[in-house]
Amino acid sequence: MSAISREDVAHLAQLAHIEMSDAELEKMTGELGVIVESIASVSEAASADVPATSHPIALTNVFREDVVGTTLTAEEALMNAPDSVDTRFRVPAILDGE
Amino acid sequence: MAMHQEELVDFDVALEKYDPVLGFEVHVELNTKTKMFSSAPNVFGDTPNTNVTPVCLGLPGVLPVVNKTAVEYAIMIGLALNCKIAERCGFARKNYFYPDTPKNFQTSQYDDPVAYDGWIDIELSDGEVFRVEIERAHMEEDAGKLTHMGGATGRIQGADYSLVDYNRSGVPLVEIVTKTIEGAGKRAPELAKAYVAAIREIVKALDVSDAKMERGNVRCDANVSLMLKGAEKFGTRTETKNVNSLRAVDHAVRFEIERHAAVLNSGAAIVQETRHWHEDTRTTTSGRPKSDADDYRYFPEPDLVPIITTPEWIEELRARLPEPPAERRKRLQAAWGYSDAEFRDVVNAGVTEQIEETIAAGTTAAVARKWWMGEIARLANNADKDVADLGVTPATIVELNSLIGAKKINDKIARQVLEFVVAGEGTPSEIVEKRSLAVVNDDAALGAAIDAAMEAMPDVVAKVKGGKLQAIGALMGPVMKATRGQADAGRVRELVLEKLGIEG
Repeated sequence: MSAISREDVAHLAQLAHIEMSDAELEKMTGELGVIVESIASVSEAASADVPATSHPIALTNVFREDVVGTTLTAEEALMNAPDSVDTRFRVPAILDGE
Repeated sequence: MAMHQEELVDFDVALEKYDPVLGFEVHVELNTKTKMFSSAPNVFGDTPNTNVTPVCLGLPGVLPVVNKTAVEYAIMIGLALNCKIAERCGFARKNYFYPDTPKNFQTSQYDDPVAYDGWIDIELSDGEVFRVEIERAHMEEDAGKLTHMGGATGRIQGADYSLVDYNRSGVPLVEIVTKTIEGAGKRAPELAKAYVAAIREIVKALDVSDAKMERGNVRCDANVSLMLKGAEKFGTRTETKNVNSLRAVDHAVRFEIERHAAVLNSGAAIVQETRHWHEDTRTTTSGRPKSDADDYRYFPEPDLVPIITTPEWIEELRARLPEPPAERRKRLQAAWGYSDAEFRDVVNAGVTEQIEETIAAGTTAAVARKWWMGEIARLANNADKDVADLGVTPATIVELNSLIGAKKINDKIARQVLEFVVAGEGTPSEIVEKRSLAVVNDDAALGAAIDAAMEAMPDVVAKVKGGKLQAIGALMGPVMKATRGQADAGRVRELVLEKLGIEG
């Protein structure tokens, strides 16, 4: 039995703003199911006293001093913007139909 | 979206039937020199999109690096709130799509906040000390600033498009979350206001934030729910966002209590949702319904490594804390000689700092209190603003007071001058000059007015000569009239006596 349902995938796709066809949903449900099962087998191997980690290297406390560095100019910041007004990004209406 | 009038139940009536349960999320913008994860300057009010680096814009391939000072400030806030400091904590990605967050996630902390399990004591106006328990204080970054264009209201509803400034994107924030607060009853709005005032006072005293609510340095989301008296289960809550002044915190909590009571009385259910606060109408309107927290799909931020705090580091930071608020208040009250009630009113009005600065700048404690709790409070009330947002500074009061001391103006005119200060006409001295408000105490001008008055009222003069000194009062009217109310009354009296050869 797959650990992830077609509804789960549809929900995730919606949250991630990804449009998916029925065929894609079907395919993804199978593929994600395999990944979830693989991860589950790692969890089985790790006992309860092993803390979860998201970093392969045991580094901690990597800090930067609070000193101002170089910044982009507004012109540089807006260089790739599809649209702008003065020095601000312009984006389409956020809420539609309200 | 059609606006409609919300049904409300009178506040006192609502609280006969229901108990309010509160919870607050207060965001504090830190005043570090740079942002949380990049070396861009953390400065308010600059030209849009000039204080940005590729990290602030979420450009591909960029890597965040944690600002050590921001971490230290967060720990100091935790310590000041009597929190435990995590030995180990880390950052997480909170995923959502919105143009104020160019990376499509906010870097925050999820299940391992830097500080947790704290408390602060709030003294209410009835003298009771109310303990608010702190669930957690965690580090995160601010979002960019959106300006909605087109449409009638400047609100997001009906806007044609929006403009984005990422100068604020990545500014360090500490979010302080309370546990649920029960038992405030009718004092819920007062407690809400006093709690936010206390947080503001603490972060200002720590000097880790500019703490200006009007600039959004301290922002409050207020959670409110009602439960029938005697009930054991909490009601459904709403979260009112964008409550950005102390008065608004009071008003928003009051409004939601009145609205919830009406909905519940009608037999309907409260919808768990975000509400937007509107300062102009003093109402809330429905925002988006609350989606479950899973929708943010938090996961550990792989680009940032964990933070380990050592006892030595924590103690070093603890040593940098200012005196605790309760001790500070005790010290100030003793130094200023205010009664318990007088001092509590000062604290709850949120003008402790203003009075402290005014006294430091050279007035007596009594004079400082007279102005901040009297005329300034009255003007703020009339203008429906927080005292802090009125534009009156300690320097204004010191200047006014020295104008009075130098007999340039009297008390009555000083109050007028203050109104002109609030109206933005300039400093007290500038206003006195521009509006020719200086008291007339040059003897030549006064002398002429007095002579005229004495000539017109020979019977009064006779009475004064006969020893009835209080009859001088009758001369005061015409003299004041001749000098447009700007005569120095004491000097008029002296001159009259002098002219009549009577010893004052």
